[in-house]
Amino acid sequence: MTKISLWKRFAGSKIIIPLVTLALLLLYNLIFTKNFFVVEIRDGHLYGNLIDILKGAAPIMLISIGLTLVIATKGIDISVGSVVAISAATVAFMIGGDLIMKNGVQVPYTKVPLYIAISMAIGVAIMAGIWNGMLVSRVGMQPIIATLILMVAGRGIAMMITKAQIITVYYEPFSFIGNGYWWGLPFSFFIVLFVLMATLLLVRKTAIGMFIESVGINPTATRFSGINAKNIIFWCYVFTSFCAGIAGVIYCSNVKSADGNNAGLLMELDAILAVVLGGTSLNGGKFYLIGSIIGALIIRTLTTSIWALGVPPELAQVVKAIVIFIVCIIQSEKFRLLVIGMFGRKEMAA
Amino acid sequence: MKKWTKIVLLLLVVTLVLSAVAFGAKYKKNPPWVIGFSQIGSESEWRTADTISIKDALSEDPNMSLVYADAQQKQENQIKALRSFIARKVDVIVFTALVETGYGPVLQEAQKAKIPVIMVDRDVAKEDQQYRLTIMGSNFLEEGRKAANWLADYLKKQGIDDGKKPVNIAELQGTVGSAPAIDRKKGFEEIMKGHPNWKITHSQTGNFTRAEGKPVMEAFLKADKDIQVLFAHNDDMALGAIQAIKEAGLKPGKDIIVVSMDGVKGIFEAIIAGEANCTVECNPLLGPQAVQAIYDYMEGKKLPAKIDTIEGIFDQTTAKEAFPTRQY
Repeated sequence: MTKISLWKRFAGSKIIIPLVTLALLLLYNLIFTKNFFVVEIRDGHLYGNLIDILKGAAPIMLISIGLTLVIATKGIDISVGSVVAISAATVAFMIGGDLIMKNGVQVPYTKVPLYIAISMAIGVAIMAGIWNGMLVSRVGMQPIIATLILMVAGRGIAMMITKAQIITVYYEPFSFIGNGYWWGLPFSFFIVLFVLMATLLLVRKTAIGMFIESVGINPTATRFSGINAKNIIFWCYVFTSFCAGIAGVIYCSNVKSADGNNAGLLMELDAILAVVLGGTSLNGGKFYLIGSIIGALIIRTLTTSIWALGVPPELAQVVKAIVIFIVCIIQSEKFRLLVIGMFGRKEMAA
Repeated sequence: MKKWTKIVLLLLVVTLVLSAVAFGAKYKKNPPWVIGFSQIGSESEWRTADTISIKDALSEDPNMSLVYADAQQKQENQIKALRSFIARKVDVIVFTALVETGYGPVLQEAQKAKIPVIMVDRDVAKEDQQYRLTIMGSNFLEEGRKAANWLADYLKKQGIDDGKKPVNIAELQGTVGSAPAIDRKKGFEEIMKGHPNWKITHSQTGNFTRAEGKPVMEAFLKADKDIQVLFAHNDDMALGAIQAIKEAGLKPGKDIIVVSMDGVKGIFEAIIAGEANCTVECNPLLGPQAVQAIYDYMEGKKLPAKIDTIEGIFDQTTAKEAFPTRQY
């Protein structure tokens, strides 16, 4: 009896499935991918596939933090990819794409101080979030439609800022955000950690987290119990765009260029997937921030494995789809109950 | 006096009629012509230069008026744009195919509507080529061969390739299924057959963008360090990969020879800085040629099935000289 209940508790826990998935992916790589786990010290920082995964997953992790809260309110934000593009375009535009050489040596040049450029980019992202939040919470539009507007228009705005060119940023200090290291680890990872910690504190140590969940479960009841549901929803969208804004700056800094057309393209789907893999239901309610972070890591590990393994590019998407499909089906409540039921019957028979 | 005015008037009328006849005979249709131009998006500096060149050439020509549609890297957008061109009965369609396949039905519709289609840069699949008037642009197959031949020369000169020692090549492919990705690979591999010690050890798509070229190269470098050459299907992916090589503590251009294609500004800067070795030019300034082709068509001349552009190769010995004259 206790055995079954233990199994049930294990299978019922939300965080365990993404964790096991990630562990399985890593295990697979340990066995089949050459040098996947080799981490060495190079130029004073750690260097290896695992570090690349941390670095590469940073934008998705950030976005999925914000998106988890939005999804918990039973909303969705599909404009995050475009907000990444806007933010990347803004920061690149503010710094400027000029290469100034003096006696054959590059002179660091920026149009405005770095902190102003970054604040502007995040500021523009927050404005995008205010727009989304207003449409959803005040105008009462359906979230998918409201954010669809910015998803389409946002890329246009980004292209307007970059004049549909790729702006290359030569200003060296800027590249630290996406490429720099602290104590051997990618700096962008620390940004994610900081935002994650702050968010966790806010939602778990105050009542805000419970408010968000209650809005997702039953907005009317929430309103009658004296919580301003509209404001909660509004701030969730603003926060998501804020996260996307930071992600955009990291993204731009990592490749030292802003590309209005491709920056953050389809990132909204990856971020939604990360949240879902992490165990948060699209029906709103309970949410799992750490789960979303693990979800983002799963997606990136999968991508990196495909590159490292040398899966032919024609097949790469299919392989990705199959893995995601398997994880999603395991996540499904009905499927799990079915499996548990089968196990249960077997034990009874024995 | 009266007689003179009559003669002058008569002369005027005659010249007018003559010129009208001349005009009428000169072109199949009377200008201005509406030209529908469907571009695939702007994935790289090269594409931007290409778009600007064609847009400027078409819109500045007094006989043409331009309708422009940007597909934003989606085939469905492009097919929609082509359908709308056909619906509004443009005189000529100029278009670059995002991928090779899937354009058959819409091109047939254009043919039925008697609208000539001039392809630019990227072609459609063989079975659909009967529906288009001509293709102008680069010979991607030839570009792949050029890159491989340059590499063979360079390796020999540097004494790296003695014909026996393995030369490991990492390849960054373009968008899967696109004409340049298919043909550049094919051209390169054709020449590779003559060098049995060359081997493509890693090959993955970077979708022609910097943001994907970089992490893919990072993954390659971690899987194995024994890479002598990077062959990228375009410069932007190479530029991303160069960053990855640097971050791995290696010297791009020396430890890993970087060969790419297109010839954008960024790669010239990299070649001059010694971080890249060679780029096979792929000329994007196709605007004037497109305008010429439209005039030729309207004048009833027969167009060749393929119009090749003139292209060169730039490496560390020639890049510095050529750089100031580059327009893109």
